[in-house]
Amino acid sequence: MIQKELCRIISQREIAADIFELTVQASLVRQINSPGQFVHIRITDALDPLLRRPISISSFNREKEQFTMIYRKEGKGTTKLAAMKPGMELDILGPLGNGFPVEEMEIGETAVLVGGGIGVPPLFELSNQLVAKGVKIIHVLGFQTESAVFYEQEFLKNGNTYVTTVDGTYGIKGFVTDVLKNLRFDCIYACGPTPMLKTLEQHYLDKRMFLSLEERMGCGIGACFACVCKKADDATGVSYKKVCSDGPVFRAGEVVI
Amino acid sequence: MNRLNVELPGLNLKNPIMPASGCFGFGREYSEFYDLSVLGAIMIKATTIEPRFGNPTPRVAETDAGMLNAIGLQNPGLNKVMAEELPWLSQFNVPIIANVAGSLEEDYVEVASEISKAENVHALELNISCPNVKTGGIAFGTIPEVAKQLTRKVKEVSEVPVYVKLSPNVTNIVEMAKAVEAGGADGLTMINTLVGMRLDLKTGLPVIANRTGGLSGPAIKPVAIRMIYDVSQAVSLPIIGMGGVQSAEDVIEYFYAGASAVAVGTANFVDPFVCPTIVEELPVLLEKLGYEHISECKGRSWKEHGQITYHRA
Repeated sequence: MIQKELCRIISQREIAADIFELTVQASLVRQINSPGQFVHIRITDALDPLLRRPISISSFNREKEQFTMIYRKEGKGTTKLAAMKPGMELDILGPLGNGFPVEEMEIGETAVLVGGGIGVPPLFELSNQLVAKGVKIIHVLGFQTESAVFYEQEFLKNGNTYVTTVDGTYGIKGFVTDVLKNLRFDCIYACGPTPMLKTLEQHYLDKRMFLSLEERMGCGIGACFACVCKKADDATGVSYKKVCSDGPVFRAGEVVI
Repeated sequence: MNRLNVELPGLNLKNPIMPASGCFGFGREYSEFYDLSVLGAIMIKATTIEPRFGNPTPRVAETDAGMLNAIGLQNPGLNKVMAEELPWLSQFNVPIIANVAGSLEEDYVEVASEISKAENVHALELNISCPNVKTGGIAFGTIPEVAKQLTRKVKEVSEVPVYVKLSPNVTNIVEMAKAVEAGGADGLTMINTLVGMRLDLKTGLPVIANRTGGLSGPAIKPVAIRMIYDVSQAVSLPIIGMGGVQSAEDVIEYFYAGASAVAVGTANFVDPFVCPTIVEELPVLLEKLGYEHISECKGRSWKEHGQITYHRA
């Protein structure tokens, strides 16, 4: 069930250039059913910015009723959010959408978790849950440059972690796909920019693969039809999925990306 | 004491608050948050004969105190709305206002004829003002004679009263209102969105794939208030007002301008509970302002001032 809740900020810190990690106290944590779900945050009561901001859940703790988000300070909404301090309250709607299916993996199988930039955060909770289940994990995390890299140590605790940067200032120079071609695995879970997801889909359609899509959203709950994408097996030209409420995670090949 | 009940053609409303078409789907998503029976009515998403996918994405962009959208009338088509959405909505004690759209005159006529037969559809909202489709929509809503003709045709087949949704993207909205009144309209809903645009700082290109979109939200409220103020004095049709409504205070302002009921659009995206919250807060605000019933607010902006209209250049 989706809740609308005023959540107190527990902590907020900048973990890379313009990348913030924000933890809040929220009973809505009890409603989270899979890694990769997101919340919709109203940053101010004022009219600007007017709309909520969708931000993915990067980890949560049911007992403490807390969850953590990692976001990039970019526009006026996230700039305001980044200035908020512990003790302040946020109007949060969630959990929203359908996340990554952990149940698709058997014990002893190998999953590769592929993240690009600000697509990396939801993979962290996924990683935690897959490790707890006994699944072998490889992380391949791509960033633009050294100053944008975050959570490498956290991911390393769960398994092998390759970090790439486009400009080669940290880790392996290049893209996540350059690393991927040298790896053996049973399943891909990915979140990142659309070109990255497209490339993965083209090269690994023979694998089990789950992709988290991003699209500009309005309501976040499926009512406004802003974030639709076409279904792949669409004979009529009008069948669709909503990224916010049917996704954001889809099985590769299910929708046109 | 019920301070909120309103009687309009075809509509016996327990309160004058309803979600606006296109901002509420067919109600399913919001029914997860509250009992839809608390609403005065529901204006469902525009329905066309055939299913429509709508425009490419991105379809929305935020603006200062507002948003642009270019969804493009995405809907599952008349048959599915009749077979699935309207029967599902009948579990709630709430009248439905069906928004009717099309590309050609006969499309409107066919949808109106069929959808008005549904038991819970108590009125139609004729969408001659959608700015985001290439044919139909606003093409019918900017030429008075064309709007009048379409209204007349739809009136001939509709089994329920017909409200015409006016576009603000015209030089003279009073002229449009008079035309559809002459065409036999039972009421007006106004305003639809204002055509707008946003450009990306890095690429210089439009943010929305359709290039232009319809501006909604608090930013357009003063435009809607002015238009309702003008139109309500020029025609004798009841007006359901809309455009940036987010609070009980906004509702009163719309009534002052001349509206008889008010629809809430964009604010549903900001706060899914906004409609029931307004319904709860309205009686308290009326009490505070010294009104026994909301109808006392209607047209106060001009009624008590001897119908002075300020002429614009």
